[in-house]
Amino acid sequence: MENTNYDVIILGGGPAGLTAGMYLARAKSKVLIIDNGMIGGQTILTHEIANYPGIESTSGFMLANTMKKQAESFGCEIKSNVKVETLNLDSKQKTVRLNNNQIYTSKAIILATGGRSRMLGVKGEKQFKGMGISYCATCDGDFFTGKEIIVVGGGNSALEEAVSLTKYASKVTIIHQFDHFQGFQHAIDEANANQKIDFIMNAKITEFKGESGLQEVEIEHILTGKKEIRKIDGAFIFIGYEAQTEILHDTKIKLNDWKEILVDLNMQTNIEGVYAAGDSLAKRYRQITTAVADGTIAALSSLEYIHRN
Amino acid sequence: MVLPTNLKHFATAQELTEVIKEKENVMVIAGRMGPMCIPVYEVMKTLEESGKYNHVEFRDMLFDSPETNIIRNLPECRSFMGLPFVVYFKNGKVAKATTSIQNMDMVKAILDTEFAA
Repeated sequence: MENTNYDVIILGGGPAGLTAGMYLARAKSKVLIIDNGMIGGQTILTHEIANYPGIESTSGFMLANTMKKQAESFGCEIKSNVKVETLNLDSKQKTVRLNNNQIYTSKAIILATGGRSRMLGVKGEKQFKGMGISYCATCDGDFFTGKEIIVVGGGNSALEEAVSLTKYASKVTIIHQFDHFQGFQHAIDEANANQKIDFIMNAKITEFKGESGLQEVEIEHILTGKKEIRKIDGAFIFIGYEAQTEILHDTKIKLNDWKEILVDLNMQTNIEGVYAAGDSLAKRYRQITTAVADGTIAALSSLEYIHRN
Repeated sequence: MVLPTNLKHFATAQELTEVIKEKENVMVIAGRMGPMCIPVYEVMKTLEESGKYNHVEFRDMLFDSPETNIIRNLPECRSFMGLPFVVYFKNGKVAKATTSIQNMDMVKAILDTEFAA
């Protein structure tokens, strides 16, 4: 069994975790980043990034890869596709045990576990994932050429992806649970102006149905409670993100009602020596730039904590 | 035409046919360099390098190559509408096929069931 001590362990290898890793390793701290998936977080799920300052246009994969290389070049150690089994945050020495029984300890911890696409959680959703239900328009759009599809959601992603899917689909129906959209006005205007798009407001999906693939969807009209079955060929779901904080549920870390981590201006959680950064925080705006800023602050705060203690 | 990944590739349908004839356990992913596919390539590379799956041959194939029709046209993939398509061949026959993104646990569960060493 391996037992290795670090100055700081960072849970999560998205932009927040990688930035924190870069700053800490460059300051000659011994740092380990642990991620349960691929390094890069949700950035790798983004086809094109055009608003990251200093970079005209790149793919999320390329940007994440560059961040990873930068962190490693400063001496940051990275372990991807490993799962954290238990966390001990209460004592001065923090302990992380992985599912392969490897144990790592550190003086400070940065929680940068990020977020993930929210699922509807209705009957049939898991069954038809990849067989009519998709979460990526640019990946799967061409499977729906000439077909009638629905898009679920009312934010910028739903509106923009609905417009992009009209390149393939013969008809796109946006289904949204409220009577108004949450997206920016330009995204709403673009969707409204598209002849192939229509809207069902104040409605929610209650079931996906089909045999070998998705064929029908059950829609509940929220104001009347009436349900209707609609024949469809595909469904794209863009209903926002949720924080990945399951690993913290058995700890004393304070979370809000949405299970997001609460921090102060220094990215300090309610536990000494434990900091947090990125999309798992309770905050309004979730962008790569905000994650990078959070990661920087968390790194500098944890450095200060280590020097103080 | 092959994918720019760190995995070994199948460039032609003939290569795939030969390997599944020679090797007992073959995992093939047909995808693009997109957000749903890249994490699965990474999972496969991690498993390949772990040394725990030396009895499995890990390969990829460019989804948009006409040669990949050998995967796209499999009866097991007929209803698939999400990238990547992943097919697990046992003794030359399809043991399992999946569509859309899969994580490490999902892939390991299939490998440990279908290709138990």
